[in-house]
Amino acid sequence: MLKLLKSGFFTTIQDGGRFGFLRQGVPVSGFMDAATAIKLNKLLENEPHTNQLEITMTGPTAVFETPSFICVGGAEMFVTLNNEPIENFKVYRVNAGDIFSYGKLEKGFRSYLAIKGGFKTESVLGSTSFYNPITSKRALKDLDELDYERNDLFEPKDLSYKKNSSLNEHVLDVYQGPEYNQLNENQLESLFHQDFKVAKENNRMAYQLEETIEGHEISMLTSATLPGTVQLTPSGKLIILMKDGQTTGGYPRILQLSDQAISALSQKKSRDILNFKLLSNLSIEV
Amino acid sequence: MFAITIKPFGLHAILIEWPQHVKEEILDDLLAFEAHLKNNCLDVNLWELVPSYNSITLINRHEHVHYEQISIALKKWYKSKNTQVKTQKYLWRLPVCYDEEFGIDLQEVANKLSKTPGQIIEEHTANTLTVYGIGFLPGFMYLGGLSPTLKVPRRSSPRLNVSKGSVGIAGEQTGIYPQTSPGGWNIIGRCSVDLFNPKEENPCFVKVGDKVQFYPITRDEYKLHKIEAEVGIYKHEKSDWNA
Repeated sequence: MLKLLKSGFFTTIQDGGRFGFLRQGVPVSGFMDAATAIKLNKLLENEPHTNQLEITMTGPTAVFETPSFICVGGAEMFVTLNNEPIENFKVYRVNAGDIFSYGKLEKGFRSYLAIKGGFKTESVLGSTSFYNPITSKRALKDLDELDYERNDLFEPKDLSYKKNSSLNEHVLDVYQGPEYNQLNENQLESLFHQDFKVAKENNRMAYQLEETIEGHEISMLTSATLPGTVQLTPSGKLIILMKDGQTTGGYPRILQLSDQAISALSQKKSRDILNFKLLSNLSIEV
Repeated sequence: MFAITIKPFGLHAILIEWPQHVKEEILDDLLAFEAHLKNNCLDVNLWELVPSYNSITLINRHEHVHYEQISIALKKWYKSKNTQVKTQKYLWRLPVCYDEEFGIDLQEVANKLSKTPGQIIEEHTANTLTVYGIGFLPGFMYLGGLSPTLKVPRRSSPRLNVSKGSVGIAGEQTGIYPQTSPGGWNIIGRCSVDLFNPKEENPCFVKVGDKVQFYPITRDEYKLHKIEAEVGIYKHEKSDWNA
């Protein structure tokens, strides 16, 4: 059992996502920074989509009540185990009674706590990823307890990976979205030569950007959207849909972020600077 | 056969578009193609398909999509689809309580349109509506075919909390909020049936292409339906639709 003494600002359980219900309007959810989470699962020799704690901005203080192995990664948040600092992307053994605590956010925005075998939590429609009201919980609360399997014998093949460099990445790789061709010269010029700042409206559903570009009167019928879809509103606002984003929308889908770019954006917070870099559709290969 | 367009949509998806019109013939054609793709062409464990108005988006859960290859295959499959195959559609009669407790904007809408609340209810329940898409929120239906006499603008300021089940109208659209959420539509009633239940294996009983017709119920009937749903004995009013 992992007992959360303090849950942190917004701590949820996430896994690889909830598939098969897009046509009923259910977002995929799952790890925002999937690149980091998958790396952590690899270190613990878990399945790639094994669930983890996703920690946003400020982290929890918690007690491990069963021995196991853990690994943290993503944002740099000054994590300690029994008051000793621990490193990102390194496997640690935890014993009953060990106290685990998050400190100040140094860089990035989301940290992941992975445990050997994952957490045994409620699975709804094939996934343990929190998304209220599909899961009863929206976020974990103080004193919540999370079950996991005892593990004494794990001998990891790799003890650590080097730190992720994506925390410094401000260039988002994008592909043309379905309505890209309806953009004019002015809009294209702004999109690819301007700096954009993350607006304060940023969460698991979407990241809005502060700067606007020229608006439009493009009308389209509601159609599917994906995590990483960049929508352009008539007034020129840019909205980047994320993992809990709506599954359909009526705004032009001008760009589509690469998976790596979605992970990189997940580590950005209000006022962080971004640029878009267009990749050729020719590079869409198997 | 329509002129379809195929567009890349990132590394994991591909988009097929029909001409940009809200038309039953287009919806029927794309649903027939969707059925053909699922039954005969694509591995459904790998692909998720999202139909909506004039498009189908194909999303591959695991692999990157090879745009050139798949778009050639899609065009070939579209030509070879059997137009006779039709998916079974259902008509769902959905109970709505238009009582002022739930229809908080009904009187205001009636005033704006110079009608009585009774006339609004009559016109809102008159037409059989078509489900053109499901999205925005789990179980939210995009419905087409509302009587044009009910055209009324959105509320000037959206509400932060519109109750689950609220039935709204705005522009030429009507819909049901499947969960409590912010919203700017005019609320004229509340549906007693849950549009989305994550505890069910098929959480949303309605599918794109189905028909919906509202009918008025009293507050007592509304409460009865709620109790029936809670103990699991509510029966949907469902019939085959063969147009």
